Amino acid sequence: MTSARRKSYGVKGAPYAFLLPATILFALFFALPIGYAMWLSLHKVQVKGLGLGAGAREEVWAGLENYTDSLTDSQLLDGAVRVLGYGAIVVPVMLGLALLFALMLDTDRVRLAPVTRLAIFLPYAIPGVVAAMLWGFLYLPDVSPFYFVLDRLGMPQPDLLDGGPLYFALSNIAVWGGTGFNMIVIYTALQSIPAEVYEAAKLDGATPLQIAIRIKIPMVAPSLVLTFFFSIIATLQVFSEPTTLKPLTNSVSTTWSPLMKVYQDAFGKGDIHSAAATAVIIAIVTLVLSFGFLRAANSRNKQEAAQ
Amino acid sequence: MSSLAVRKASPAAGTTPGTAQGPPLRRRIAFVPTVTLLIGAIYCLLPVAWVVIAATKSGSELFSTFTFLPGTGFADNVTDLNAYRDGIYWKWMANSALYAGLGAVLSTVVSAFSGYALAIYRFRGRETIFNILMAGVLMPPVILAIPQYLLMAKADLTDSYASVLLPLVLSPYGVYLARIYAAAAVPGDVVEAGRMDGASELRIFTRIALPMMVPGLVTVFLFQFVAVWNNFLLPYIMLSDDERFPITLGLFTLLEQGSNTPALYTLVITGALLAVIPLIALFLVIQRFWSLDLLSGAVKS
Repeated sequence: MTSARRKSYGVKGAPYAFLLPATILFALFFALPIGYAMWLSLHKVQVKGLGLGAGAREEVWAGLENYTDSLTDSQLLDGAVRVLGYGAIVVPVMLGLALLFALMLDTDRVRLAPVTRLAIFLPYAIPGVVAAMLWGFLYLPDVSPFYFVLDRLGMPQPDLLDGGPLYFALSNIAVWGGTGFNMIVIYTALQSIPAEVYEAAKLDGATPLQIAIRIKIPMVAPSLVLTFFFSIIATLQVFSEPTTLKPLTNSVSTTWSPLMKVYQDAFGKGDIHSAAATAVIIAIVTLVLSFGFLRAANSRNKQEAAQ
Repeated sequence: MSSLAVRKASPAAGTTPGTAQGPPLRRRIAFVPTVTLLIGAIYCLLPVAWVVIAATKSGSELFSTFTFLPGTGFADNVTDLNAYRDGIYWKWMANSALYAGLGAVLSTVVSAFSGYALAIYRFRGRETIFNILMAGVLMPPVILAIPQYLLMAKADLTDSYASVLLPLVLSPYGVYLARIYAAAAVPGDVVEAGRMDGASELRIFTRIALPMMVPGLVTVFLFQFVAVWNNFLLPYIMLSDDERFPITLGLFTLLEQGSNTPALYTLVITGALLAVIPLIALFLVIQRFWSLDLLSGAVKS
């Protein structure tokens, strides 16, 4: 009797015991920092007297002051606009290429598919910082093969690390790094479409292109939605690539992207309070976008299911 | 525009209807798809090919000879890299291996425990705990990293191995994957049978469920290993002593100095090549085990 009761108690307690490490880590490294960031964002430092001696600097309630400062900061707005422009290139090009390659891999009688699939997926293994370095060198006129070829052809040699081309240079690094992974996700979804689905279309004389557009793409739509979603989130948080290119050009400022601005405020200027406010704003934008997007995707799925 | 744009645009041209409907020329090979994939592969291999060749050039050859012409200085470059600050480069590599290896092992263990608990048991707060953990996926790293740094500073832990290792142990994505694998791979009957035999819950997990979850946990480990090896933001914020830098941060500081001393560029390039080799090797080995079904199971639903 006692042993049976103890056993059932053990079963009930077991899931909580198994979840204990994750819960402790979550509390320490997620919940506590988020709470602290919010606390910081609502406070500011007040200097008493000459600002000398202990207790001369005091953290006082600031209300939404940091937030209004942050939202009206032109550097942050400029950064947001730059990242929107960057994302407007990266997301459609990367997902377009990922879809294209996935469809090509899924074609009958295609050759070299395993080798090319592996090659296109390979950049996934290369750290973003190293990828940005490699491309950074390929953008440098002194060592780049592109400039060599353009020079021999007598064509103009644009500065890839300045102005408009800089957006393409940065976007290219993200496209290079992310296409393969997204291609694999879409390709896997394509592979799970049963062969019978194509049979009827083939009997009706549909071309491979028509099958791709009318059947394959609609059937992998959920994967496309998912890859789109993760691409947007990654774009909002771009940090390491522009940071890595910074030593190679004067055109990437320390506040090029919103995250770089947060870093610069916190560690360059030492103003952790406004950095915290900016970080909270970025988090809120990310969460609102995510939930809005997931809700929209869900309701569309339901509509389709209802039809 | 750069030639990159041309390279990007050309595969798209392959989808035009005229080329997709085959002339009799290619009875056995789908020509357009094959060529499109080849162009994609060349695009993806280009920077890797470049770094392999550039690493063979001496400092003067780098700026004077054609990019894709091999140089004569590879051995010297490696010697220079070994000599740089008493071989700190290898210290960075070892640090990266430590962060990624230990981090991924710990992360996989935590994910396995959590995923198993969330998949097998019915208990109060199950979905709430799961949803709270998942919200961590959406949290931008920077909103975490700055307060994490400040809290670490209060605990006197900044600039330590722990400061880079500990925040990465809990991976919401790893928990999510582990939950899916546990639900798919561990039958409830087996757990029940274990209980009938009087085994403790911990014993059922370690002796019966864990072996069944191994293929899925390998994927969790690999995802996490790559994620930690590629991480830049957290060590960039936490560490100031370059003895503890991972390779990404070490190479970045080399590049930063290189903008003033171009002689360091050959070190950066050789260092980048040697840093990429183990990951490519790992990648080639693991892609055999990288079950596509598991990956898609992970991203669907």
